[in-house]
Amino acid sequence: MAVEIPYELFGEEEEEFRRAARAFVEKELAPHAEEWERAEAFPREVMRRVGELGFFGLKYPEKYGGQAEEGREAKGILADAVLTEELAGAGSGGVAASIGAQKDLFTLYLYRFGSEEQRQRWLPPALAGEIIGALAVTEPEAGSDVAAIKTRAERVEGGYLLRGTKVFITNGAWADAVVVAARTSPGPGHEGISLFLLEAGTPGFSRRRIRTLGWRTSQTGELVFEDCFVPEENLIGEEGRGFYYLVENFVWERLVMALGAVAGAERVYRSAKEYSLTREAFGRPVGKFQSWRHRFADLVTAIEEAKRLTYHVLRLYLAGQPCLKEAAMAKAYATEVAFLAADEALQVHGGYGYMMEYPVQRAWRDARLGPIGGGTSEIMREIVARSLSA
Amino acid sequence: MVEVEARVDTTVFTPEHEALRQSLRSFVEKELAPHATEWDEAGDFPDWVFRRMGELGFLGLHYPVEYGGQGGDYFCEIVLAEEMARCESGSVAMAVEVHTDMATPPIERFGTREQKEEYLAPAIRGEKISCLGITEPGAGSDVQRISTFARRDGSDWVITGRKIFITNGVRADFCTLLARTEQGFNVFLVDKGLPGFTVARKLEKVGMRASDTAELVLDEVRVPASKVLGEEGKGFYHIMWELQGERLVGSAGMVAGAQILLDRTVAYARERKAFGVPLIRHQALAHRLADLAIRIEASRQLVYWAAWLVNKGEYPVREISMAKLSAGRLSFEVADACLQVFGAYGYSMEFPVQRAWRDARLSRIGGGTDEIMREVIGKLEGF
Repeated sequence: MAVEIPYELFGEEEEEFRRAARAFVEKELAPHAEEWERAEAFPREVMRRVGELGFFGLKYPEKYGGQAEEGREAKGILADAVLTEELAGAGSGGVAASIGAQKDLFTLYLYRFGSEEQRQRWLPPALAGEIIGALAVTEPEAGSDVAAIKTRAERVEGGYLLRGTKVFITNGAWADAVVVAARTSPGPGHEGISLFLLEAGTPGFSRRRIRTLGWRTSQTGELVFEDCFVPEENLIGEEGRGFYYLVENFVWERLVMALGAVAGAERVYRSAKEYSLTREAFGRPVGKFQSWRHRFADLVTAIEEAKRLTYHVLRLYLAGQPCLKEAAMAKAYATEVAFLAADEALQVHGGYGYMMEYPVQRAWRDARLGPIGGGTSEIMREIVARSLSA
Repeated sequence: MVEVEARVDTTVFTPEHEALRQSLRSFVEKELAPHATEWDEAGDFPDWVFRRMGELGFLGLHYPVEYGGQGGDYFCEIVLAEEMARCESGSVAMAVEVHTDMATPPIERFGTREQKEEYLAPAIRGEKISCLGITEPGAGSDVQRISTFARRDGSDWVITGRKIFITNGVRADFCTLLARTEQGFNVFLVDKGLPGFTVARKLEKVGMRASDTAELVLDEVRVPASKVLGEEGKGFYHIMWELQGERLVGSAGMVAGAQILLDRTVAYARERKAFGVPLIRHQALAHRLADLAIRIEASRQLVYWAAWLVNKGEYPVREISMAKLSAGRLSFEVADACLQVFGAYGYSMEFPVQRAWRDARLSRIGGGTDEIMREVIGKLEGF
């Protein structure tokens, strides 16, 4: 019998899971956010803990070490959406991004496009958080324009030789395995891109950490492949289909970014509200001045719009309906609203907002990535604009 | 991932709502839209619109069958507002909305059987046209400060005061009117023909020109106690209740209007060329239109969420106020951006976009200004 998901999406089952996810985030992540951010790293143990709790595997079948019961996969996806929202409570965009890169990129590509053998081999340890994965598409000269990537995979006896450079790869600096997009034929454009699974110990593979404005713990890396041999059994899916696999995953990637952005916006709004109602100026709380009351009214309205738009996309996604345009809409709008929320929060904190001692600056720096990562706002508008002119 | 089937409620609407939408659309496109320009220029539209809509059952979509209504749910009113936006005349849509979603809901909710038979049933048939009398020269959004006064005289009430910006005020047969009393506020059902109840003037407006907007004067208008709607002294709360439904239905209409205008503008931008290529191939313009499309979808989903809460029996003042603020601002912003795309044609009185622009400006004023919405939201949020 098909799972039924109501218009309001979340029922008792989801709320129960939300409480569990929130308890974990509040007890085991949030208290360390400041320390990890300063260190620009967080322990691998955290990834194992997330795996142990089953949070990486919410949307994957039990036979690969996941949590989704057969026939109830949609419920697993819904739980994953809840987790994505709750991770905003960590107060560290970087930690949420590392967990996200594992659950929504690395493992998802293996699950959707990998062979049964690849799934059996990689999913159980990845879902347990024992190995950390990353997805490497972006290059120094090809970001949103995926078809312009230059990393090459040359066919050799028994496999391929990878040559090229990838940048801005979340989890890239500490990943044990990376799904890499490379050209298996000269092109043009979309054709001739393939996906490979590269293990970290491969000779010719080197990397460095790239420091980032926000998301400081995200282990963002630059990866260099100098004739790295990848055995042919590590080709993911069919040769030449890589671009289409990437596109197929875009909707979910954008949807989780929107979900995380809305939850982040709500969180930073709550903290700004709390502060503005305690802090006094000219004899009354700052938030009680009409100018701020109205600005907060605009802000909370925009957050509610972004939330309802994002949930609309989540419904369409769960129903299996095409929603590339809607996902682009939600991603652009939610991440922009989230940055606005963080900026307004920083403003209402005044001088404190500008100090590194207060967490609002981190929320602000973290939120700035939203309109850039996972396809810029300009690309999202381009997608929407194409749907208008088509 | 989601290869496995799930039954998901992706929309608040049922197939019955969609069927209603189709019949409304065909009526609006065939019988109303062709007259939009003519009516706007004449500064009026004929009363047959109400009677025809009554005949078709469109004026009582969510009213009980026993009074001639269709017995539908709240979403039917949302569908009505969305489809009325296609009549291309904000005036006509507004006039009908005042009748169906402002002046008559309090009768259905608070009225006696006699009042429903005398006012609601003929209003549903389109035989009696209604208006809502709240605003006064000295009190708009600040409803508490109205000064129209109802004095008790034996078992009658004698009402004196002025009401302004009253949509349908000229043509209406009766007015659902708020007045102050010794005990608080009362809502009265006041027949237009009564001695002392006169239309002082018809107001000229920037937009919404086909809708009649009146200033009404009440000079010792005597009504019996049976004309008090709802509880004596509770009139303010009755009206506050009414405002919520009005705002949400209005918001649905504004979003739908914005979508229609955007669609028209996109069609124009695909045809019209500049520098050898269609306007829509100019990226700055395409992205501006994309941005409007995003904002419209966000606003629409917020409206649907609020409507879903209402239909469930909740009274979501926060979400309704947000929807009104969102849709009202969006409505004018979209109209202005679209006027820009049409260039000098947009500025010409020969093209309909200027009318949409003028009509849309009211969205940020009528039914509670942007500023009032921000006050309500801000206060509910604790600021």
